[in-house]
Amino acid sequence: MLSDKDRIFTNLYGQHDWGVDGAVERGIWDDTKSLLAMGREEIVEEIKASGLRGRGGAGFPAGIKWSFMPKESDGRPAYLVVNADESEPGSCKDREIMRNDPHRLLEGCLVAGFAMGAQACYIYIRGEYYLESQRLEAAVEQAYAKGFLGKNACGSGYDYDLYIHRGAGAYICGEETALLESLEGKKGQPRLKPPFPAAVGLYGCPTTVTNVETIAVSPTILRRGAEWFAGFGRQNNAGTKIYSISGHVNKPCNVEESMSIPLKELIEKHAGGVRGGWDNLLAVIPGGSSVPMLPKSICDTVLMDFDALREVKSGLGTAAVIVMDKSTDIVEAIARLSHFYMHESCGQCTPCREGTGWMWRVMTRMVKGEADVDEIDTLLDVTYQVEGHTICALGDAAAWPIQGLIRHFRPEMERRILEYKKSKQAAAE
Amino acid sequence: MPKLTIDDREIEVPNGLTVLQACELAGVEIPRFCYHERLSVAGNCRMCLVEMERAPKPIASCAMPVGEGMVIKTDTPTVHKARKGVMEFLLINHPLDCPICDQGGECDLQDQAMAFGFDRSRYTENKRAVKEKFMGPLIKTIMTRCIQCTRCVRFSTEIAGVEEIGLVNRGEHAEITTLEKAVDSELSGNLVDVCPVGALTSKPYAFTARPWELRKTNSVDVMDAVGSNIRVDTRGREVMRVLPRLHEDINEEWIADKTRHACDGLGRQRIDQPYVRRDGKLSPASWEEAFGAIAEKMKGLSGEKMAAIAGDLCDAESMFALKQMMNGLGAQSLDCRQDGAKLDISTRSAYTFNSGIAGIEEADAVLLVGTNPRWEAPLINARLRKRFLASGLKVATIGAQADLTYPVEYLGAGGETLKDVAEGRSSFSEVLKNAERPMIIVGMGALARSDGGAVLALARKIADDFGMVSGEWNGFNVLHTAAARVGGLDVGFLPGESGRDLEGILDGAGKGEIELVYLLGADELDMERLGKAFVVYQGHHGDAGAHRADVVLPGAAYTEKNGTYVNTEGRVQLGRLAGFPPGDAREDWTILRALSAQVGEALPYDNLGQLRSKLIEANPVFAVIDEIQPGSWKAFGQEGELDSAPFVSPVTNFYMTDPISRASDTMAKCTETFVLGKQEGATGTDG
Repeated sequence: MLSDKDRIFTNLYGQHDWGVDGAVERGIWDDTKSLLAMGREEIVEEIKASGLRGRGGAGFPAGIKWSFMPKESDGRPAYLVVNADESEPGSCKDREIMRNDPHRLLEGCLVAGFAMGAQACYIYIRGEYYLESQRLEAAVEQAYAKGFLGKNACGSGYDYDLYIHRGAGAYICGEETALLESLEGKKGQPRLKPPFPAAVGLYGCPTTVTNVETIAVSPTILRRGAEWFAGFGRQNNAGTKIYSISGHVNKPCNVEESMSIPLKELIEKHAGGVRGGWDNLLAVIPGGSSVPMLPKSICDTVLMDFDALREVKSGLGTAAVIVMDKSTDIVEAIARLSHFYMHESCGQCTPCREGTGWMWRVMTRMVKGEADVDEIDTLLDVTYQVEGHTICALGDAAAWPIQGLIRHFRPEMERRILEYKKSKQAAAE
Repeated sequence: MPKLTIDDREIEVPNGLTVLQACELAGVEIPRFCYHERLSVAGNCRMCLVEMERAPKPIASCAMPVGEGMVIKTDTPTVHKARKGVMEFLLINHPLDCPICDQGGECDLQDQAMAFGFDRSRYTENKRAVKEKFMGPLIKTIMTRCIQCTRCVRFSTEIAGVEEIGLVNRGEHAEITTLEKAVDSELSGNLVDVCPVGALTSKPYAFTARPWELRKTNSVDVMDAVGSNIRVDTRGREVMRVLPRLHEDINEEWIADKTRHACDGLGRQRIDQPYVRRDGKLSPASWEEAFGAIAEKMKGLSGEKMAAIAGDLCDAESMFALKQMMNGLGAQSLDCRQDGAKLDISTRSAYTFNSGIAGIEEADAVLLVGTNPRWEAPLINARLRKRFLASGLKVATIGAQADLTYPVEYLGAGGETLKDVAEGRSSFSEVLKNAERPMIIVGMGALARSDGGAVLALARKIADDFGMVSGEWNGFNVLHTAAARVGGLDVGFLPGESGRDLEGILDGAGKGEIELVYLLGADELDMERLGKAFVVYQGHHGDAGAHRADVVLPGAAYTEKNGTYVNTEGRVQLGRLAGFPPGDAREDWTILRALSAQVGEALPYDNLGQLRSKLIEANPVFAVIDEIQPGSWKAFGQEGELDSAPFVSPVTNFYMTDPISRASDTMAKCTETFVLGKQEGATGTDG
């Protein structure tokens, strides 16, 4: 279990002052100037060495991503865009950071932005996070007043501006290029890649889009050293991570823990265990609604990190652990997720626009069993037709939960179909 | 030049291409819906997915730039599965109404479903239905068929320059819409062509014919002086529709709405037999009677008392034949400039669009003088917009202010301003001076007036002073509005020695000095001014000329004859017979040949080939088809004082500029929607 001294988010639960004074007391904005004095290259190298992987879901090594930004400007400004459009069902970690520790994010914005050579930072915050945006705005104001941001930020001689932008409530705007479109005032639809944002991003300028948590942990990594951070978790899965545990547990919570902690330990230690005991567990979605679920047999032993979950054909995603006990109608649960993806598909590209609706309709019938057994294969085939053929990852995200369901709960689906058939037959006779 | 491997074949392609284009060069066809080579890349249909080595997922070939050493595979199980999958998704919500769909037979979705689709559907849910949208009198919508490729959105915003179509809602509910507004663009008909399915189809053509019933004839358009290349589709002798034909240097693959939709005018108000005026009324007559009436009038009439005026839609052959006949009769008063434009034929560069239409894509500053290219030559305007989008072309205008779909600096209204530019007093003088390839486009609004010669001379002076003519580049351009004009000038359908020009003819006719006026399709005149003259009208529509005429000879419209037209660039092109003229109407040169024998001046040719060789003898430019032959650069125009009156474009209603479009029902509807609808005070019940 992570000891308190190793926690990065020391005000995750909001028991302390979120404002600038409390932040300074907790060590935020402490000699940030000297962090910047390390220089761009050094900061990026340090982040690379720490093994920090992006906390937004894809798990791309952060240091490498930052290093994609042009070293020399060709005249265009460069931007850091923080993706605070946290809309993944199950995920609520960024909200707590912005609500209770906004200055940790802001300091991260300055440090990371400096490391990328960005002139300004935009924080694109989910529209529904109204109070969080208010608090973030207030924190930005405080930071400007203290000289931490703006001209000569933190006395470093570096000019750096930061803006908050509220989204309008579309899940797709959490996709990095759709977010940029939305930020530019257009309809939130993902862009084609290449070109990647590091070459042509916001307003056509080099841009890096990064998750809140990734940004917020970076100053602490620089202060305590890459080695310290790399000391947590397994090889290639370094660091600490905020897990959002929800669903059928006794104490749903956000908790910062070491990477690679066993899932069972995570749930039992921090969330008060599964409702009705571990044996009452049916399945867990380990990384937010987009990743395939895991049945209890896998949950018993699996470790919570990128590689371990990938091995069991799931993913760490945003580490939003959704726990479902045996009272759950597992088919309906996934059908609900299918509805979500259908609703949130932007409609730009064919497989996702047409496929999400198709999948939802079949799933809806599967809940009652109003289908044929071989339709399960058709459904699976449709998910593969969507997966990997779309512009952005929303198509994949819509396909994976269904694939996970069929992989682990096919007998349950077949049972419903046969039962439904039987009941119809009985009614007919 | 990156080298890449496509299906185990190495190929070197130019930089900047996409994988899809490289595949085409390698001879591998990639299916696609949203990709269109003249529009920006959307990459949303996902039909063009191919495999790329080291890429974890299939890539959209339309959006992926080529790179050195790429290995592309287009014929693998993954690719086939991806295409099949996308095809299935496109079809699940697409109605199975091909038998009643106007796109049937020329539908990308239909064709590709045959090539890449399943033979049955696995989709058993209800299909989606989408409400129809209103897009104006030209575009019919059946939006349930839409596959959301957004080609129409991109066409209207990029090529047409009107942001009137968009995609609203998201996911399954995404819909193309104009928000119940007619698409107000002179290029809107092309939306039907870019739509790969039957969602946007031609409203006037709806349910009239199937593509496989139509005979297709390649021809050229005469609705403006651009000379767009078209394909005329006929059933029997009736023109069912007009479609664009690819010509990179003229119209690319677009045509204007008038070109496309005025064809229903070919079936209305037609003159299908000769008429002779008896007791003040035109009454049907035989060819003999009509010719007899003319011969009788001509008998003993000296050449000085005869005149001929050629109209806007005439082919070069008929103008040549009429000219020869009239000259033979001793008449020298001929004019093909029925708008009275002071065009100078001392050199060909004085009356043509010297840079060529494609040359616009090299220009970096353009001065428009007395012209509204959007209404006078929509495809030239589209080129100007294309150049603006590509490189921020600077455009300034002298004349009326108008929305040309790209930013235009308004300098002033008339000759004074032109003088300012010439003398370096205008802000735009500097721009022209600094431009590498400056261009001036002089329209008929500046030339068809009494001081036209002076305007022409001043424009030429500007071209000289601002370096518009140098080496390969000639940026002095005259933009005509009539398809027949350059041909007429090349034929020399102009006053001979001691002959009268248009003004002289009209004056003379009013005063009784001219007793016979031969109108060859000339309808845009003030017929009142013809006074008591005996008027012969040869043409195809019962328009102004026929109403005034004493003898009417039924001629052929442009789709009904083989004829030569010269566009505003000076490019000689052939129009072809797509269907025979109605009733007793005949090809125009044959009428003149027959009449010439009756009046004792038999023309020396019995077929079109002989006529053409005479024509080429008279002016060798007609020998070379589809090429521009530049004239030498020398002094032209007339020194003189400029009038202070503002330049006014001759086209006030784009949809009705000639007898064919005035007879067209579709054009009348467009006029109502786009022209009258906009006038202030129009209430819909104001007549």
